[in-house]
Amino acid sequence: MKRIKSCTQILLAAAMLMVAGQVSANEGGELPYQFKPDPGNQASVQRGARNFMNYCSGCHSMRNLRYNRIGRDLGISDDLVKANLMFTSDKITDHIISALPQKEAESWFGKAPPDLTVEARFRGPDWIYNYLMTFYVDDTRPLGTNNLVLPNASMPNVMWELQGLQVLKKASAAEGEEAAGHGEHEGPQFESATKGTLSPEEYKKWAADTTNFMVYAAEPGRAHRIAVGKKVILFLMLFTVLAYFMKREWWKDVH
Amino acid sequence: MAITPNPYKTTGFLGWIDDRFPLTKLWKDHLSEYYAPKNFNFWYYFGSLALLVLVNQLLTGIWLVMHYKPDAAQAWDSVEYIMRDVPWGDTLRYLHSTGASAFFIVVYLHMYRGILYGSHRKPRELIWLFGCLIFLMLMAEAFCGYVLPWGNMSYWGAQVIINLFGTIPFVGPDLVVWIQGDYVPSDATLNRLFSLHVIALPFVLVGLVVAHLIALHEVGSNNPDGVEIKKHKDPNTGIPLDGIPFHPYYTVKDIVGVSVFLIIFLGIVFLAPDGGGYFLEKPNFTPANPMSTPPHITPAWYFGAFYAMLRATPSFAGTQIWGVIVMGAAVVILFFMPWLDRSPVKSIRYKGPIFKIALAIFTVSFVLLNYYGMQPPSPFGTLVSRFGTVLYFLFFLLMPFYTKMEKTKPVPERVTHEAH
Repeated sequence: MKRIKSCTQILLAAAMLMVAGQVSANEGGELPYQFKPDPGNQASVQRGARNFMNYCSGCHSMRNLRYNRIGRDLGISDDLVKANLMFTSDKITDHIISALPQKEAESWFGKAPPDLTVEARFRGPDWIYNYLMTFYVDDTRPLGTNNLVLPNASMPNVMWELQGLQVLKKASAAEGEEAAGHGEHEGPQFESATKGTLSPEEYKKWAADTTNFMVYAAEPGRAHRIAVGKKVILFLMLFTVLAYFMKREWWKDVH
Repeated sequence: MAITPNPYKTTGFLGWIDDRFPLTKLWKDHLSEYYAPKNFNFWYYFGSLALLVLVNQLLTGIWLVMHYKPDAAQAWDSVEYIMRDVPWGDTLRYLHSTGASAFFIVVYLHMYRGILYGSHRKPRELIWLFGCLIFLMLMAEAFCGYVLPWGNMSYWGAQVIINLFGTIPFVGPDLVVWIQGDYVPSDATLNRLFSLHVIALPFVLVGLVVAHLIALHEVGSNNPDGVEIKKHKDPNTGIPLDGIPFHPYYTVKDIVGVSVFLIIFLGIVFLAPDGGGYFLEKPNFTPANPMSTPPHITPAWYFGAFYAMLRATPSFAGTQIWGVIVMGAAVVILFFMPWLDRSPVKSIRYKGPIFKIALAIFTVSFVLLNYYGMQPPSPFGTLVSRFGTVLYFLFFLLMPFYTKMEKTKPVPERVTHEAH
């Protein structure tokens, strides 16, 4: 018993060390805003789908995601999907393919807009959220805007009407300031240059919704997988107890 | 025409079969009358777990191949098709991808058990050799499988690994082109790795596992005390006094082990299939792109230690082949274990402190190598990797000396076992 106890303690200590390591690794990253995705929030993901279809799908495809899958998973009827989310095709079973010709896009932007089906698993949800939040005015760029987490992004700031244009004052709070105790680490200092149609709070929600949708799109089966997984684990725990008693019964005659 | 009745005197349908095929004999030889030592501990679960994971890989693999397209233009989309459109396809894929990592975890622990209790020692040298071959094949199998989703890390991983052959003097560059079937990893490469992954290597792997088990059942299992249970047999029955039939005793015990293992394994499969970015890596969630090199090309976690050795070895005399040699030697040296260990006792329980310290240093070195193999290169990481590599090899190269010179404790005649 004592050995088990000390083993557990070592394991716990190791786990805590690993967690501590991860936390410090996150803090060392270049993502100024913190974001926790919530793809289980159906209303948010629905709004995100609307945002994506209206602001992103003009250029970005999700070539592995079908329209009717979105409808099925998010509780939207086929008719509503057709009327509100489908702009480039009529067939509900089609994949989300942007109408932008890839070849030309490459010469227009320097790089064809990437497919975004599993972007949330490639970059991570927090990266996407930060990308949507940190466009700023930069006259040296051909399209007049730059991005903090993807420097020299060739994507124009298509959200400028919503967020309004912002000017970067300071990339991140200086270390001295943080040490002086300026409260929470608030990330980069942006100054609003033009007012958007959304308030800063509303725009944050807009970015969060869009990111949640992209997290959903990267793995539509996620919710189902987790639901099944919980039942599987519960069953196995009960089964382990039974299996243990069966073992003990058989091993009674081993001396 | 009369038939010679089978010695098991079975009748009916079973008798009909036994007259023609050794079904009862196989059952008895390998399960109900295979006598295993009664003092197996925690470490003895991993053999049967490795078998379980192998079956998992084979079965999920069969179903994945039904939907996967081994084609550079379609592979990526076919994997996402499996994830989205194939019923239970995501579960199949996660079982397979998590299974790959689980395979290495249980095999590493299984091998470590062998080192702990001297399972490689006479008369079990061949079991160990078959095991080492299984490990080697498993590495090849894992590499080929890693390339198949044709993500960007698949692509660059293939590039790095295949180019290891390019360090061979004179023939290297031509060899790389021959292996790839192209000047860069391409459709031709993907197709041949697919062939190896689903036909050639599994075939060899299963054959080796069968050989591993036949050899084991010929000489009998070792145990945590490292004593031969066959030395003390019941004079009437000829059954080892410390042996118990594998079935039912170890089958019911292994069911408990399997059940606990599945809680962890399926917990990862269903609740965290990315394995914190180690089982499914973020950079592999973007399609293969020859024009875009990932910032850090790292192998899958289970190759970390070997990759660290490769990187830690400096190039010398204008060639980088030394790293490849060191990495290869790290695997090859395992084959010599049965003859490097010269201790009069098998089990760590009766070995002296020198072996225990050596093993501890080896363990720490291996873990550190594995860690730094996955990190982006840094001066400190290189330093640790160099020390780790040297210590890894010293564990084996000095083994004939430190195992022979140290004083060991007396080994009991019979296994130590407390009924519970």
